[in-house]
Amino acid sequence: MQPTSRDFPANARAGLVDPVLQRALGLARTGFPARRQQAIARLPEFEALREEGRRIKDHTLANLDFYLERYEAVVIATGGHVHWARDAAEARDRVLEICRSVGATTVAKGKSMVAEEIALNEHLERHGIAPVETDLGEYIIQLRHEPPSHIIAPAIHLMKEQVADTFRAAHQELDPARSLAEPRQLCEEARTILRPRFLAADVGITGANFLIAETGSSIIVTNEGNGDLSQILPRVHIVLAGIEKLVPTLEDAATLLRLLARSATGQEFSTYTTVSTGPRRPGDRDGPDEYHVILLDNGRSALLGGEFHDMLRCLRCAACLNHCPVYAAVGGHAYGWVYPGPMGAVLTPALVGLREAGHLPNASTFCGRCESVCPVKIPLPNMMRHWREREFAQGLSPRAYRSGLRAWAWMAQRPRLYHAAAALAGRGLGWFGRDRGRFRSLPLASGWTLVRDMPAPEGRTFQSLWAERQRAGGGTR
Amino acid sequence: MSARDAILAGIRRGLRRGPLPPAEAAALDERLVAHRRNLVPARAAALDHAGRIGLFVAMAEEVQTTVARVASAADVPNEVARYLAAENLPADLAMAPDPALDALPWDARPLLQIRRGKAEAGDAASLTPCLAAIAETGTLILVSGTATPTTLNFLPDTHIVVVRADQVVASYEDGWDLVRQRGPMPRTVNFITGPSRTGDIEQRIELGAHGPRRLHVVLIDDGAPIA
Repeated sequence: MQPTSRDFPANARAGLVDPVLQRALGLARTGFPARRQQAIARLPEFEALREEGRRIKDHTLANLDFYLERYEAVVIATGGHVHWARDAAEARDRVLEICRSVGATTVAKGKSMVAEEIALNEHLERHGIAPVETDLGEYIIQLRHEPPSHIIAPAIHLMKEQVADTFRAAHQELDPARSLAEPRQLCEEARTILRPRFLAADVGITGANFLIAETGSSIIVTNEGNGDLSQILPRVHIVLAGIEKLVPTLEDAATLLRLLARSATGQEFSTYTTVSTGPRRPGDRDGPDEYHVILLDNGRSALLGGEFHDMLRCLRCAACLNHCPVYAAVGGHAYGWVYPGPMGAVLTPALVGLREAGHLPNASTFCGRCESVCPVKIPLPNMMRHWREREFAQGLSPRAYRSGLRAWAWMAQRPRLYHAAAALAGRGLGWFGRDRGRFRSLPLASGWTLVRDMPAPEGRTFQSLWAERQRAGGGTR
Repeated sequence: MSARDAILAGIRRGLRRGPLPPAEAAALDERLVAHRRNLVPARAAALDHAGRIGLFVAMAEEVQTTVARVASAADVPNEVARYLAAENLPADLAMAPDPALDALPWDARPLLQIRRGKAEAGDAASLTPCLAAIAETGTLILVSGTATPTTLNFLPDTHIVVVRADQVVASYEDGWDLVRQRGPMPRTVNFITGPSRTGDIEQRIELGAHGPRRLHVVLIDDGAPIA
């Protein structure tokens, strides 16, 4: 999809006043964090596992070339095919070639963020191949021609009434008088509609949560079982994965799996964790005849060794989205591309460019919740700050912001002047605001006062209070 | 330059080095061969075998797996027939063509219609063995093979799994050991923790999204000694 991250401010304002979105986000805001908290409270080793998870991913990234080569060799030895793709276009072309080589007309898709990243569905459709999203959330947004608004719950921006309207419009062959009032009925309808599509699909495409160098395996984690039906019924299974999905061994994957579901949905373990290795074996009665893995770089290798290296540890669990006050207020579509929330604010500028996505790392209060819940301890706020620095250095931030920051920096380098000006401004504002105690509008600060009042200062600066306290002999306590 | 070489070169550029020196590569190969365990939670590892069976059942039931304990393998056909009747399901089974399942006394339940093989569209219920059951999270491990087609685990509405008590182990790592002991990696290893579900609409959990609506474990607890 074409990014619209440039429009983040307008998108965010629209999200804030969208009543359906706000109701839907309200459910997510409380649900996910509470369930995660319950799950980790039951596992005393959770903190130690986070540290191990970080260590495993760091070790893999430091030797990524080695593990990719080992992985490739084992995939080939087990009868699979490995395709390397430098960018989205190469990955799309490889998928299309494989589909054409077996004369495919329909493709069943398990949920894959990499497929979203490379805009695979549009490409297949343009070439006469019908992709069918089979994850319930992905199916809903495919029918609505929308991008996902959350990396593990793609239709989280919708309430059941919207889903019902979407199904009525899409499933015209069904009885128009049927009831679709309950999620139960909506799930049943999707199951009924999608089952024959699984059975008819020529090719199945899934993502991968992990790739295992030791065994040449790919692992997917789902709750619905759609990823499994997508990969065991069609003749061909294609796995789409970023190169950073690699881990050395099954034991390493076990450690990360203990972190993944708890961080994502608050489950002890997802319903289905599936390890796939090569095509069907001699004697097997089912499973795909061909197994292909497409390894996508698309800007990832350029992050290695730099300020954003740690981002490559990301497991795509969505804990950072689920705990972000900005995401919870504006929703995922405001971010304008595939990856929203804090992980998206770091990743999107790397993948689509800072000029397009410069707003995203600025859309953070730096409250730090994202880093504190990240299962592999990615320093997300720090990396957003790096983007802000780059934006400033490259002259991409707005002129008013830049000149304001320069003026502030000039003052800040002159402490006497700064303190005097701050004391004067504080006293002045305190005097002007002495009746109401707050301001409804202030010159140069409409960005603040348009949506909330500015409290009036009470007169003294912190510095002067501190100095007084020191003189009075009060310690640092 | 091929995409493969370009990507590997890009990785090495980022890491500011060339290909790993042989000694370092050998150390990493040793790490792969050794596949050492990382931290394994004490939850199940600290329990004795009876404790692990209890934990497996409790964790499985927490995610809507139903569990029936039987005293011997000979009781499995009765339990399967009882379960299907109690759930108001037809007495039809797609059964894994597994010698151990074949050896069960199915003659005792002549009304059960049993078809051996992979699952077909429209199969209502399947019966499979498993490789192991993980106490830590109530998880079943099933592997693909001639006797155990993977479609049986996903296509039918109801999936019944026979678990022997001695197959209950503590952790995923114990499960990997058993997978490796069988020989080369099978095409598919399924870790299954409860029946299919989704929370994609208003985060309300609904069972039976695409895979089985019901997952029933028949646990043979015959007090046999643990190897």
